[in-house]
Amino acid sequence: MSTALEHPTYNYKVVRQFAIMTVVWGIVGMLLGVILAAQLVWPQLNLDLPWTSFGRLRPLHTNAVIFAFGGSALFATSYYVVQRTCQTRLFADKLAAFTFWGWQAVILSAVITLPLGYTTTKEYAELEWPIDILITLVWVSYAIVFLGTIKLRKTSHIYVANWFFAAFILTVAVLHVVNSAELPVTFMYSSSIYAGTIDAMVQWWYGHNAVGFFLTAGFLGMMYYFVPKQAERPVYSYRLSIVHFWALIMVYMWAGPHHLHYTALPDWAQSLGMIMSIILLAPSWGGMINGMMTLSGAWHKLRTDPTLRFLVVALSFYGMSTFEGPMMAVKTVNALSHYTDWTIGHVHAGALGWVAMITIGSMYHLIPRLFGRTEMYSVGLIGVHFWLATIGTVLYIASMWVNGILQGLMWRAINPDGTLMYTFIEAVEASAPGYIVRLIGGVFWVVGMLIMAYNLFMTVKRSEAIRQPIPQTA
Amino acid sequence: MDTGTFRGIITGLLILAFLGITAWAYSRRRKKDFDEAKNLPFADEDEPTNRDSHVATRRDESSSEADSRPADSRQDRGDRNA
Repeated sequence: MSTALEHPTYNYKVVRQFAIMTVVWGIVGMLLGVILAAQLVWPQLNLDLPWTSFGRLRPLHTNAVIFAFGGSALFATSYYVVQRTCQTRLFADKLAAFTFWGWQAVILSAVITLPLGYTTTKEYAELEWPIDILITLVWVSYAIVFLGTIKLRKTSHIYVANWFFAAFILTVAVLHVVNSAELPVTFMYSSSIYAGTIDAMVQWWYGHNAVGFFLTAGFLGMMYYFVPKQAERPVYSYRLSIVHFWALIMVYMWAGPHHLHYTALPDWAQSLGMIMSIILLAPSWGGMINGMMTLSGAWHKLRTDPTLRFLVVALSFYGMSTFEGPMMAVKTVNALSHYTDWTIGHVHAGALGWVAMITIGSMYHLIPRLFGRTEMYSVGLIGVHFWLATIGTVLYIASMWVNGILQGLMWRAINPDGTLMYTFIEAVEASAPGYIVRLIGGVFWVVGMLIMAYNLFMTVKRSEAIRQPIPQTA
Repeated sequence: MDTGTFRGIITGLLILAFLGITAWAYSRRRKKDFDEAKNLPFADEDEPTNRDSHVATRRDESSSEADSRPADSRQDRGDRNA
């Protein structure tokens, strides 16, 4: 990329790198999801090989979408937002470059080791101990770059988006180090230092806060910058954003036990997890309303601006899944929903509807600006992508609701003599139509991402072509 | 002190902290600072001149709305200390 694109003050190079990799890893991760969805329809697609079996590709899919796609998006947007709202250049360019190459190395090692079967078996923390050490190094560097930039700021205030990004960075560091505490046995094998129920509780304290801080706080940071920017008006209530921030981080920490209802976890811990999950509705909706109300007086922009549409629909899905989550954390509801496809549907309402949509909206705002423009190559294609993503998400979550309730009811149905009414395989067979609909929804998403990649490619190409004849002074 | 009492005290302290933060955030004295902070995303307008001609024309069509953007965001330049 030509140096003509360099910003006089800001470090846009690392932001551009992460932004491009966001799209690349988005396609890879979602394509893996589609392959897995297809395997559930046609099991022969696992090719009878260990490396392509469901159990090995599934953690690769989750790692690719959460840490590669979501992670790259968080790096790109946090580096961009912190520079622009602190009006200063990123602290330590070389360390920022290390976070980029280090993070890509983490992802590549996941791509290699997970299909080979190396895993700690901890969900969303499958990577083995040498990779865990690399993650820690990259993450500490990330914290130094981000907090160092805030320290250098030319403004007296720290904008609320940076509070959310900082909370996300610090909390994920703590979560990763505590949950990945393990005893190395061989080069690619380790054993958790926790045992039994404690291990499960630490795992879901990590797991749920990975959702709360990686997939929520970080993306709320995005929301607090990109929604006001794209709507061209400041956030609805700055006061509410402060209460939202502190309430969210105080409550999220305690909700993890809802992943362990009706297990060996002590009953009081389960009830605590359930109650804190219900309380969590308040800060979640406070933030959602704050984002939505930012558009008051600017709703007409939705007619012409598909980027803003992405951001607003992301907030709608955020509101929906943060209502669904507390409901599913209620023990009696959980008795029906747990271990069924309803959980998968809920996760994807959040992952596709909220995380991916807010990311894509932010990227469509960010990418042209990184390449010296204000609009993508084609606004029409953003509109096409928007509809593909929205319809894809609805197909996905609706089919999983149907499947989940169907499975939950079939599993608990008993005959008058107390025996089970259905065998497990009967519930699997009944789920087949839902799996096909889910596959179609996933294909919609991948096609949308490919259109985004084309739009990105043309935006970069056009920006370079236009730059050629203009000699740079300064 | 038994564990239950200790937990109760912690819960009480957290509620007080939350109420304190809320009172602080909504106090009248903070209003001016927050109004500055809320405009920070618009305080560093260094957007390159728009070379996307089709964008300009598209904006013109709806100019009555697009650029009548009230000064609420743009006049106040945030707290640029430099």
